[in-house]
Amino acid sequence: MMMKRRTFLLTLAGAGLGLSPIRSQTAAPSPNRLLILIALKGGNDGLNTLIPYADPRYRILRPDLAIPVDQVVKLSEQEGLHPQLAPLREVWQAGELALVRGVGYPEPNLSHFRSMDIWETASASDETLTTGWLARCFAAHSPPANLIAAGVAVGNDAAGPLQGSANALTLTDIALFQQQARWLGLAPSTVPPNPALRHIVDVENRIRQAASQLKRGHRFETTFPEGPFGRALRTACEVIASRKRASVAVVHLSLPDFDTHVRQAPRQGRLLRQLAEGLVSLRAALRELGVWNEALVMTYSEFGRRPQQNANRGTDHGTASIQFVLGGSVRGGFHGAALDLTNLDGNGNPHFVLDFRSLYATVLEKWWGVESRSVLGAQFETVKLI
Amino acid sequence: MIVNLCNQTMIQRLLFFCLFGYNATVGAAGMGLADAWHLLARTGFGPTWPEIREFAALSRTEGIDRLLTASRVQAVTPPPAWVAVYPPPVALRDLSPQEQQRRQQVKREQGRELRVWWLTEMRNAPTPLTEHMTLFWHNHFTSALPKVSSPVLMYRQNVLLRHHALRRFDVLLHEIAKDPAMLIYLDGAVNRKRQPNENFAREVMELFTLGEGHYREADVKDAARAFTGWSLDRETGEFCFRPAWHDGGTKTILGQTGRFDGDAVLDILLAQPETAAHVVRKLWREFISLQPDEAEVKRIAEEFRKQRYEIRAALRCLLNSPAFWASAHRGVLVKSPLDFVIGLQRQLDLKTLEQNQVVQRAAQLGQNVFAPPNVKGWPGGEAWLDSRALLLRRQIVQQWSMARRPRKPLAQNLDFAIKPWIRQFESADWREAAQRLLLPLPPLRQPAAILSPIEIVQALLLDPVYQLK
Repeated sequence: MMMKRRTFLLTLAGAGLGLSPIRSQTAAPSPNRLLILIALKGGNDGLNTLIPYADPRYRILRPDLAIPVDQVVKLSEQEGLHPQLAPLREVWQAGELALVRGVGYPEPNLSHFRSMDIWETASASDETLTTGWLARCFAAHSPPANLIAAGVAVGNDAAGPLQGSANALTLTDIALFQQQARWLGLAPSTVPPNPALRHIVDVENRIRQAASQLKRGHRFETTFPEGPFGRALRTACEVIASRKRASVAVVHLSLPDFDTHVRQAPRQGRLLRQLAEGLVSLRAALRELGVWNEALVMTYSEFGRRPQQNANRGTDHGTASIQFVLGGSVRGGFHGAALDLTNLDGNGNPHFVLDFRSLYATVLEKWWGVESRSVLGAQFETVKLI
Repeated sequence: MIVNLCNQTMIQRLLFFCLFGYNATVGAAGMGLADAWHLLARTGFGPTWPEIREFAALSRTEGIDRLLTASRVQAVTPPPAWVAVYPPPVALRDLSPQEQQRRQQVKREQGRELRVWWLTEMRNAPTPLTEHMTLFWHNHFTSALPKVSSPVLMYRQNVLLRHHALRRFDVLLHEIAKDPAMLIYLDGAVNRKRQPNENFAREVMELFTLGEGHYREADVKDAARAFTGWSLDRETGEFCFRPAWHDGGTKTILGQTGRFDGDAVLDILLAQPETAAHVVRKLWREFISLQPDEAEVKRIAEEFRKQRYEIRAALRCLLNSPAFWASAHRGVLVKSPLDFVIGLQRQLDLKTLEQNQVVQRAAQLGQNVFAPPNVKGWPGGEAWLDSRALLLRRQIVQQWSMARRPRKPLAQNLDFAIKPWIRQFESADWREAAQRLLLPLPPLRQPAAILSPIEIVQALLLDPVYQLK
């Protein structure tokens, strides 16, 4: 189950491009460490996110879709970012951006739904779990008592990793949420001993309590990007700004629409721009709040895309891919290893080099300091990114 | 018919029963309103007032008999026309991007029409138990459109589930194992001698029959070999057997050895007492409570096997059991999103609400038919109600229970016609009757008497107790 890999933690010292990441700060361990998860839904094309621009195979596989070398935001002599990710360069230079390469799992599933399920429940490919990995984490290791909610999902969708947690909230907008809470009316004084009824009353009470503790309208110096993702990030930061009154352990957001089967280039470019600008604004806002060192931002996506472009200037469902981890306490640089484009599986997809559950184990053990085996079902090696 | 025979005195007598409180009142006149509500809410989707009155006049056994014998095996709602023709799959790469997009769009639209069709049937079905059980089997023998990718095959599977919904479980198991949508969903269609795929073999033991812990990995491996060769015809989308793909060798399944094929494996699974117990336990959680009583499960499972896996027999046993009627089990189950949306639509008699909206709302609440989350189906119970779903359910209540305002056409073409709705109770104290129709237990917050009729109804619908059945 553990990954076979060549080298880990290839930091960029002396890469010759003058872009060596320098660790700016060292954070003291804190019981209030925050995880911000961003789901890139639809399967982001990792190969055009972190581009192996020096690998001749890349251009052979992607006659139309390869990004021209002069447009790549070069981070090493081998790899560089998509031009629309240029805003992330400053985070990279500050040593606060970890690029985790080749993340996947054995016997990859190519269905959006199923593969997202695997990622969000942290199951093996042939195993069906019904609770999210964070829900299991909170069940095994109860979060601090002053938490308004262990997890807050910003958006309209149920947040997969929090699925099954009694201690999770979903909201799109704090003002609207507070309005809805007011409409709940007063809590009933007595509740019959009926577990289902008690559950509903508990959920209502949690909503009331969270609504009273959340503070809306925090004035940020930071400008958030236009559009739904920017608005969700603002809400997320407002939730985090309320942390002085009551804290939150996880915030979950999504950026959908990455399923680029047809004419990929303009769409992926637009999405990566939103992602990069969003992440930069998130960093600025969290620095403004003084919590950047206590924040770990991590992306995930159900799969990468096939190296060989299809006939429609798009890409089909793939396997292992790149994920971003950012934060004031993050050890920036390259992690995992570049995909081997000479060795593809029967579907023409690359083999993974790092199991995604290693990222989760890292969050659990290194970020929160709790054991991970009971949550993940097995012991996964951690990644040295914190 | 009973309703027509009911005279005013009879109705008054029935209403009188409800004044005795929420404990079951069984008398010569029938099971009473509370029992009728319980029986109908657990076996259908939100009973209406005429249905409750009709069943209140029957004894419990009569009511159960009527549900079980009257059940239809075909939908009354005509399906979309396209279900008649199976379009063989086309390799997408041979098509232009425009054509690919067009086909995707057609498929999405067909998926939507299929859901509208089924939810229309749930709303209108003369025998709601048929749809309740069809949905139960959809959640047991799961398949999902995103993977199966053929709306026609998903329709055919739904017809199959409805046909057998209350008949023989053993026959249904053999049929579903050869069902094309299932063959695609659990990879049976690609299971060949040279490359066995264990997906179906594993789930048939773990989820469909024995349950976890009653088989070994070696059983899965050999069962997968026995199922090789079960495939589907590309042109017709129907089951076919491909002898060249079949592994005719010796297999050992649960200690029995032979040159088994797929049907023989299913018979071995059906011969295990665990299979009946597993299904009965699931039925218990659906109809009675989340904690099956093991002694009762054993008794009902034995009857189920003795009656040659007749589903009706198991249901008759279950619904007649003391546990089903126990007051401790009233109002203890969380309504599923479909119980909630179809129930609201039926109980408020929302004639102009479009079924498309009902489909969308159910999906937002986490129950998108033809797309269960994974092979285990919807987990159900309290998992239906997290903060998001609870607030969304309240929003739906507020939206759907808006009364029509004169000269103000509503954007969504909704109208809850409160006046005729109140008139249906034919009673001076319509509040008591409305509460009886909408709630299984007294509300946590009794609506204040000074509220307007519409506010009273909304208060009942927004009470936590409305989420229960």
